[in-house]
Amino acid sequence: MPEPRQPGPALSEGWGRALVFVYGLFAVAATGRSAVQLGMDPDRAPLAYSLSLLAAVLYLVATTCLLLGGGAGWRVAAVAVTIELLGVLSVGTLSYVATDLFPDKTVWSHFGQGYGFLPLVLPVAGLAWLRHTRTR
Amino acid sequence: MNPWLYGVALVLAGALAVLLVLDLVRDRAAQDSHLIGLAILEVAMLVQLVAGLVALARTEREIEGAVFVSYLVTNLLVPVVAAFFALAERSRVGTTILLLGVATVAGLEVRLWDVWGGSGA
Repeated sequence: MPEPRQPGPALSEGWGRALVFVYGLFAVAATGRSAVQLGMDPDRAPLAYSLSLLAAVLYLVATTCLLLGGGAGWRVAAVAVTIELLGVLSVGTLSYVATDLFPDKTVWSHFGQGYGFLPLVLPVAGLAWLRHTRTR
Repeated sequence: MNPWLYGVALVLAGALAVLLVLDLVRDRAAQDSHLIGLAILEVAMLVQLVAGLVALARTEREIEGAVFVSYLVTNLLVPVVAAFFALAERSRVGTTILLLGVATVAGLEVRLWDVWGGSGA
């Protein structure tokens, strides 16, 4: 039998609400960027455009999971935010050292410089919030 | 598009950001004064949307129309969504959300400027 859990603070309340707001903004921004890039000239930079799409999906998943909450929401959000952190770190680094890989920008290029470096701050804030709201 | 529109929007956003930061330092939740400021910003965004659409229809230059219009519409929505979020969270978190929203509007104004002047100018 599952043990009754102490309800922790909800994922989308308190500072979580600010997180939902910013994740929502980025979900819209990354989806929009992805749609424009794929709609105009998908063959120009397949890698960058695939990464834009991946970023869009991750932001959408993270926003949704934060809003849904619960144990499953928490776990899926943790996976999405972790991948997001790895993504922004690797793409950020690669965009400096291997410029030829990225003829066009992604949300994560140069650690999210075009977005006030928020893409770098966001996964760290997300993981900190998930840690804070962990039940057990 | 008339450069005054970006200028007014940026000044409004900047003034509102200063007010929000001051109240954040004082650990205050979203105030009526913030919402009045947001409402003024919202009116400016509405004017800008109309002016932007008219300018886009009249111009001969090559503008990325879809991007331009999506920024105009996003800027119209952001203050409203931020206000609802802030009203749901009556603490400094709400004030922070308003500040993030205002910063988004300012950032998109700069992008609008780029998109409008970027190609063909």
